[in-house]
Amino acid sequence: MEFNSFAEFIAMGKHGLYVWLSYGITAVIVAVNVVQPILRRRRLMKEQAQRLRREKHNAPSA
Amino acid sequence: MWQWLTQLYHRMGSPKWFYELTTPWIPWLAVISIIGTVVGLVLGLAYAPADYLQGNSFRIIYIHVPAAILAQSAFMMMAIAGAIYLIWRMKMAAWVAKVIAPIGASLCLIAILTGAIWGNPTWGTWWVWDARLTSMLMLLFLYFGVIALQRAMESEDASYKAGAILSLVGLVNIPIIKYSVEWWNTLHQPATLKLTEKPSMDPDMLVPLLIMIVTSYVFFALLVILNTRNEILLHERKRSWVKQLLSGQE
Amino acid sequence: MSLIGSTIKRDLLLAARNPGEWANPLMFFLMVAALFPLAVDPAPAFLAKIAGGVIWVAALLATLLSLDGLFRADVEDGSLEQWLASGESLYGMALGKALVHWCISGLPLTLMSPVLGLMLALPTDAYGALVLSLAVGTPILSLLGAVGAALTASVRSGGLLLTLLILPLYIPVLIFAASAVYHAGIGMPYNGQVAMLGAMLALALALTPFAAAAALKLNLSR
Repeated sequence: MEFNSFAEFIAMGKHGLYVWLSYGITAVIVAVNVVQPILRRRRLMKEQAQRLRREKHNAPSA
Repeated sequence: MWQWLTQLYHRMGSPKWFYELTTPWIPWLAVISIIGTVVGLVLGLAYAPADYLQGNSFRIIYIHVPAAILAQSAFMMMAIAGAIYLIWRMKMAAWVAKVIAPIGASLCLIAILTGAIWGNPTWGTWWVWDARLTSMLMLLFLYFGVIALQRAMESEDASYKAGAILSLVGLVNIPIIKYSVEWWNTLHQPATLKLTEKPSMDPDMLVPLLIMIVTSYVFFALLVILNTRNEILLHERKRSWVKQLLSGQE
Repeated sequence: MSLIGSTIKRDLLLAARNPGEWANPLMFFLMVAALFPLAVDPAPAFLAKIAGGVIWVAALLATLLSLDGLFRADVEDGSLEQWLASGESLYGMALGKALVHWCISGLPLTLMSPVLGLMLALPTDAYGALVLSLAVGTPILSLLGAVGAALTASVRSGGLLLTLLILPLYIPVLIFAASAVYHAGIGMPYNGQVAMLGAMLALALALTPFAAAAALKLNLSR
């Protein structure tokens, strides 16, 4: 362990701002890239289900 | 062996095959990404010794280097996938190329931002025109160009082909740009340290870096697969196998 | 030679009859260079250091301005489809268009550059390098620009998009050309830079028409 306490870990020998800012920005960008495809998949599934229901509804009257 | 390869090639062009093949992969890729990141970062942030000259700010390397490597690899992959579409009209290749662009751009952005932030304690300013950062900036512009061009085209087929052409032109230019920027930088170099000294790195510093690099490739694969599957769902929605997929979901 | 040659002749004639096409970018070139002393510092000692770079940036911007719509007229009036139907090579057409563009853009810029050198206190030793770097570099700009123009020919207000696409590709040209002018100005050799420009020109001549031809095909209506 390079650091003797959690406070030291956060401080990173006075470079704390830079290190955590970097990791923070990265975390945000990574999170966006993970969440976006998941949300899009859900939306696609929902739209598809709606379309199928509509088709089934229209079919008997055809 | 040759027959197996041609079979594989034909299968890869089938969206259904790709979708079914990758479904069980996703949890594994996710698990490996998470474990790799945790291990790599714990080792890198807590156990690697502080750099002799840069102190603890060097720990940014564990994000900066993997992002930079991947941003460049991703561009290459995007160009190759685009070329496959141009030559063989394989729709899967077009979708993969389309999907890689924003992911590669994100990675490029991470590399640039972390590089600039790292530069502050090292060189005293928020932005420096060092060779790597400047090359990365050019790469980001190339990514933006591909994304913007694809959005501007009217037909989908034209957007895939235009993106492919631009990616290929960009691919040829990337080594030229890198060389010219590095050459330019030797004329104007700030008389201070380089950002990393990779070959002479202490193994305690190097191992987490290697772990993070491998993990980032796995994570990249995961993102590409997730996004490509969405493209498949979108484009193949009229096919029966997709409809069956959904009734299975309900 | 027939179709390509007559197309080149026609385009040059059109440009000659439409002076705005080549004169406006030239005026822009002049004005942009004039902005720098006004905005920063007119002292000759300062200007001399940046003159080469400023002139080259101005040349880049003027070129981008004139690239927009390089192929648009041909797409819209159907000449492109006629060309494809004729079986003549699109490679040749792209090369011819780039040549015409250079004649109405890069060549005038190169010829006018000494004037800008005077305005920006360019060191006397650098004039040769300035004209040489522009003479070798502006064709590269036209060739790469033709690819961008072909890609964006069907895009509405594609001019800005064109700029976004092409600028990263121009960076190596800018770096080596400006460096050649600067080093000439301080009395150092600049052969290496010019050689790099020559190599890039050779590469561009050989490869860019393929990309431009492929991009042109995208503009045909379905």
